[in-house]
Amino acid sequence: MSQSHRLAKGGLIDRSKPLSFTFDGKTYKGYAGDTLASALLANDVQLVARSFKYHRPRGILTAGSEEPNALVGLRAGARHEPNVRATVAELYDGLIAQSQNRWPSLAFDLGAVNSLLSPFFAAGFYYKTFMWPASFWEKVYEPLIRRAAGLGKPPVGDDPDIYEKAFAHCDLLVIGAGSAGLAAALAAARSGARVILADEGPMLGGRLLSDKRIIGNQSGLDWVKATEAELVSLPNVRIMPRTTIFGVYDHGVYGALERVNDHVATPPAHEPRQRAYRIYAKRAVLAAGAIERPHVFGNNDRPGVMLGSAMRTYINRYAVVPTKRVAIFTSSDEGYATAHDLIAAGASVQAIIDTRADATISAAHDIPHFKGAKILRTLGNKQVQSVEIELADGSTRILDCDGVAMSNGWNPAVHLTCHQGGRPVWDDKINAFLPGNLPAGLSVAGAAQGHFGLKDTLADGFRLGASAVDDLGFKAPAIAMPDTDPESLAHTPLWRVKTSKGKCFVDFQHDVTDTDIELANREGFRSVEHMKRYTTLGMATDQGKTSNISGLAILGEASGRSMAEVGTTIFRPPYTPVALGALAGHHVHKGFRPTRLTPSHQWAEEQGAVFMETGLWLRAQYFPKTKNESWLDAMIREVEITRSKVGVCDVSTLGKIDLQGKDVGTFLDRVYTGTFSTLPVGKVRYGLMMREDGFVQDDGTTARLSENRWLMTTTTAGAGKVMAHLEFCHQVLWPELDIAFTSVTEQWAQYSIAGPHARDVLKKLVDARHDISNEAFPYMACGAITICNGIPARLFRISFSGELAYEIGVPNRYGDALIRAIMKAGEEFGITPYGLEALSTMRIEKGHVAGGELNGQTTPRDLGLIKMVSQKKDCIGKHMSERPAMLYPDRPIFVGLKPKNPKSKLTGGAHFLDKGAKPSLENDLGHMMSVAYSPMLKSWIGLGIVKRGRERIGDTIRAVDFVRGTEFEVEICDPVFFDPQGERLRG
Amino acid sequence: MRIPCPFCGSRDSQEFSFLGQAGLKRPDPNAPDAQKQFHDYVHIRDNKAGVTKELWLHANGCRSWITVTRNTLTHEITGSEFASPLTKEAAQ
Amino acid sequence: MRYSVFSIVEQAFKGQKDWKPVWRYPEPKAEYDMLIIGGGGHGLATAYYLAKNHGYTNIAVIDKNYLGSGSVGRNTTIVRSNYQEPGNIPFYEHSLKLWEGLEQDFNYNAMMSQRGVLNLYHSDSQRDDYARRGNAMMMHGVRADLLNREQVHEIVPFMDFDNARFPIHGGLMQWRGGTARHDAVAWGFARGADSRGVDILQNTEAKQIRVENGKVTGVETSRGFIKAKKVGIVAAGNTTRIAETAGLRLPIESYVLQAFVSEAIKPLIPCVVTFGAGHFYISQSDKGGLVFGASLDYYTSYAARGNLPGVEDTIEEAMAIMPSISRVKLLRHWGGIMDMSMDGSPIIDKTGIDGLYINCGWCYGGFKATPASGYCLAHLMATDESHPVATALKLNRFETGYVIDEAGTGAQPNLH
Repeated sequence: MSQSHRLAKGGLIDRSKPLSFTFDGKTYKGYAGDTLASALLANDVQLVARSFKYHRPRGILTAGSEEPNALVGLRAGARHEPNVRATVAELYDGLIAQSQNRWPSLAFDLGAVNSLLSPFFAAGFYYKTFMWPASFWEKVYEPLIRRAAGLGKPPVGDDPDIYEKAFAHCDLLVIGAGSAGLAAALAAARSGARVILADEGPMLGGRLLSDKRIIGNQSGLDWVKATEAELVSLPNVRIMPRTTIFGVYDHGVYGALERVNDHVATPPAHEPRQRAYRIYAKRAVLAAGAIERPHVFGNNDRPGVMLGSAMRTYINRYAVVPTKRVAIFTSSDEGYATAHDLIAAGASVQAIIDTRADATISAAHDIPHFKGAKILRTLGNKQVQSVEIELADGSTRILDCDGVAMSNGWNPAVHLTCHQGGRPVWDDKINAFLPGNLPAGLSVAGAAQGHFGLKDTLADGFRLGASAVDDLGFKAPAIAMPDTDPESLAHTPLWRVKTSKGKCFVDFQHDVTDTDIELANREGFRSVEHMKRYTTLGMATDQGKTSNISGLAILGEASGRSMAEVGTTIFRPPYTPVALGALAGHHVHKGFRPTRLTPSHQWAEEQGAVFMETGLWLRAQYFPKTKNESWLDAMIREVEITRSKVGVCDVSTLGKIDLQGKDVGTFLDRVYTGTFSTLPVGKVRYGLMMREDGFVQDDGTTARLSENRWLMTTTTAGAGKVMAHLEFCHQVLWPELDIAFTSVTEQWAQYSIAGPHARDVLKKLVDARHDISNEAFPYMACGAITICNGIPARLFRISFSGELAYEIGVPNRYGDALIRAIMKAGEEFGITPYGLEALSTMRIEKGHVAGGELNGQTTPRDLGLIKMVSQKKDCIGKHMSERPAMLYPDRPIFVGLKPKNPKSKLTGGAHFLDKGAKPSLENDLGHMMSVAYSPMLKSWIGLGIVKRGRERIGDTIRAVDFVRGTEFEVEICDPVFFDPQGERLRG
Repeated sequence: MRIPCPFCGSRDSQEFSFLGQAGLKRPDPNAPDAQKQFHDYVHIRDNKAGVTKELWLHANGCRSWITVTRNTLTHEITGSEFASPLTKEAAQ
Repeated sequence: MRYSVFSIVEQAFKGQKDWKPVWRYPEPKAEYDMLIIGGGGHGLATAYYLAKNHGYTNIAVIDKNYLGSGSVGRNTTIVRSNYQEPGNIPFYEHSLKLWEGLEQDFNYNAMMSQRGVLNLYHSDSQRDDYARRGNAMMMHGVRADLLNREQVHEIVPFMDFDNARFPIHGGLMQWRGGTARHDAVAWGFARGADSRGVDILQNTEAKQIRVENGKVTGVETSRGFIKAKKVGIVAAGNTTRIAETAGLRLPIESYVLQAFVSEAIKPLIPCVVTFGAGHFYISQSDKGGLVFGASLDYYTSYAARGNLPGVEDTIEEAMAIMPSISRVKLLRHWGGIMDMSMDGSPIIDKTGIDGLYINCGWCYGGFKATPASGYCLAHLMATDESHPVATALKLNRFETGYVIDEAGTGAQPNLH
């Protein structure tokens, strides 16, 4: 049977492009222009899903993004996407879809047993049970609940598609390209303003694609085409179909999702699947239309029950008649339009059941017409077979049909107006919520503002489009209002059929019924928010687009309050669900964050270096000589060679700040604990920097290159923080100081050359006119030099390793050449490159503080650096560093730690206990901050903080690492393990 | 959110970092009640619900510290200027 | 009425007709012994424990909105006690112990699910930091497990172990941590308090705390003046606004934090997972939604809504550890107001005004603290002594320097 429900002609599908697709493994045919839903209906597939809680059979309720029922899994493998609304999934050739939340099959779902148990599963039942015994929750109840819930399956593996982020700017953003949106865009565009017109669908036109209307002297469709053509011709207009404005953010920022390639099987090469935009709009017009309301009556969820407007969409736009013998259930004159279109499509209208006894409209043809009547329930199994109706006189009868078309008035799509906290306001005249407080710069046109008639939507659009851009100084030319064909929109909603039989669903997707809402009220959940949260009404993937208002009405009725008194919950972004991948864009995998490479990176790669992440940087961790050399062996070798001969290390990642001006000395005196104004030109000094709260934030060296030019270095991790801090200090605290500074971290490549032969190596590189002898260029000297025949460089005689050492800086572009030159020059001295492991070991041997110690919780006093804090002046943090707790004698103090057995592998993060002391917070003496195996001491060593540590040097305590299962006796010692007199670095 | 930078113009808030209340005066360490003053300076904030003046750094822009007038109830921004009075003067 | 299997069965046959309201809607009395400003989780818990542990019955909880309308119903529902600082560990562990018996205690299923909280680490130094934290916990008898890469892989095999920008090296696991159903916690405490006689006054806004001669006398509310012998401010993000009416200035700033939930999918994530190279946490609700969040939006706000940069950052972090959720869709995101303290840790203390108490500074982590927060504030209000597990949570610690700065980021609230 091929497309039994497809009309022979009409519709906006392209019959020249037949497409083939599968649903649950069965192959069907459709046409270009179909959605999955319209194609399924064309093939008379009515059962497409199972509900969340009761696993009830569900069909297709709507023809738009508000669909609560028809959620399917789309595509296969790594492209599988769960919970796709079949009503907006555009058909393409080869589309594969599966039904969800059923086992073993959609037609025979064992989960439907839940439906039989439904008397027990009232709203909130789980809050009242599953408590005994306590341990059963995780073991028994919860796994069962979790397995039963959850709808679609998660995708498996890496998404093969790519996503993009983009930005767009405009004077006016028009949201929705129905009659109001098109009119607004046209009016604004003719003024020359930059206009973006976005619509979630692939075609412009909105309801004009679904209802046959007349505008001026042409059909609604022709008017859409003409308007679109004009907009396309204007250079100041950008039309964005398949683009959902999903959120409204502060200051005219709109989140948008463009589905670039969801309508094809796979995106063309180099094209993204979707693109997430931030649209910056000076003004916006919301023309998102309205969503028709279903009725609440017995078994209203059975496949075949559909919104009337959706039925017209399927007929007129997709040339599909969803069901062929239809009962119209209406509280609105629009039900009659549905009847008209059904008959025009050759379907049979079994009856019009109008809930209004006083309806003035008459039914066309000879359709049975019942006023003041209701449908009590549908009958059937996986599709409606008949309905039981109650007539005005109270009598009931069974009416044969295979579908029901519901029209119960419309809800303006106010969702986006809530995103800035706006609360919709009930309007008794239209029986719906209207936008409340609007986001700045946004106005609402057409049906979204409760102006449902075509004439009104057009008038709204022209007026608001023009006024939005006039507001910005444009002059929008007047547009004459075209005539439109008459329409009848009278309605009196019926919120539920009280005499219903069977379950009456309010929220289809979450299986929330009218009695659930009554129960919530009975139990005191009277606030709309309480009711929503207790019953989960409106919390499904559709955010209650078709259910909220009926739910509120039933709550109001149960609690004796009007709709205005009950109020409404507000809608959150996104308007419709957005793929996480789209919001991440290219920031996935290695692209999650930038990777910063050091100047010697390429060279280090050539050497087979092993790299490690330090913040955004990749740094060489060690340089294995052979493939099998472990990090420990490599580190030991690198340290031994550096300490006995010479080694080189890339230290370019340290932050570098170039400071100039006559007040730099004064400035540094205020931001560093020590005094810098007295530093002579050509000298370097170590500096310690506190936060204003008295804790250390960073350390480094600052060199005075000339009278008014200084170069500060910071830690790698602290570079950005320190820069912002200094800028704060200058611009906010002391703007009167004559200084200027900028970060030059990435402008300079810098290498540390360390070891007894450091000077020998350097001599081969430094141009001969510079004297770098110990006398001419002593420890802590610095200066501008040239190397390798005139290349400008800076030389600093500073040492982190404790060896005779220099740091040499060159403009970044020479960084690669310099490392190669250093290695070449050092060859005869047996030079080795060393990585972070060796660097760290050598600084621990020397007791220098670094990352583990500068953790933001330590003071200069804690770190044994109180001598670095000048008592002669104020500086940032000085005052607060003298609070009582900071002077408390029991405070853990920085010390060295040596294991009794040198082979005991100390671990960072171990805590200290006295011998015999039981583990407790009171007995906790401190913790190990840094550890290393010291090739010099042939022992593991550590740095840490110990309560009263300085007074306890020589004591033996325990380093306990519960989480690694180790415990060692360690002796508290001075943190400087190697060359305590510092003779080597002055050599 | 869009932040009007007095140097660069209106920019996405993502380019900025936020520090907090503007107009706090770093105390004189020699004041007799310096201890209390420093405590308040470092820790106590108005945390006003309404219009505030606050410091932002145009970190991924011109690196100016700016004082932004913003309503913490609505996020509405009604002004911004350089935090440094000298820069402000020079700009005028 | 007591909830049990029997009551469920009975009501199933009675068409659910006999369930009673879980709380009353009382008129305010002229005077209470104890008045709690803030009907969120902490305020309701305070009232519950004042009634249950200390025998008070003449108590009111007032809230400007419906009960549970603030952060208790907006958070990412994580419960844990994996803290590092000695000032915090006993308090949060006390809280976790209360959680473990809470449902039986208040006869309401809050779906406390001890499925584990796993903090991923991505470098050697981070591993050592986590070891430090785990060992601090163990010092107090709180079990922590340091897992290596393979052990983590066994638990969350769908995460990115091959191509991540910040590779997963391992994790610190607290198996006793997990999640709970946030609304149910508020409702359970409210029901328990109400049944013990506590008046929960919803839609009753505190306008002005009245203080005479250094002593609190009551609160002006939107429903008139209510006398009270003792008043507790338990107002989370709105703490400073209320404290201001009593002339108090506090070391608190209010920031917006966003939270996120995806569409429901079948079970994927077995425990709570946090990303160590960012500030991201995720779990999966029983309904199937992925519930997650990350850092603050970084600016002070009372608007309870965030912006796109925060949204995108958060989702980038989600994708950084589990790119396989690329095609899962974000369903909703929303904001809440965080009472960020200057050291990132909470304050439960007297105020210097006789009879006025504060409970604030919960930063990102108020939900897990709910039972202990109420328990300890009740203890303080009833006895005028700090509960032994809350002695470090003093207001004056910023003067003395005894700060509890887990992150080491200093007096900059948006960095905690």
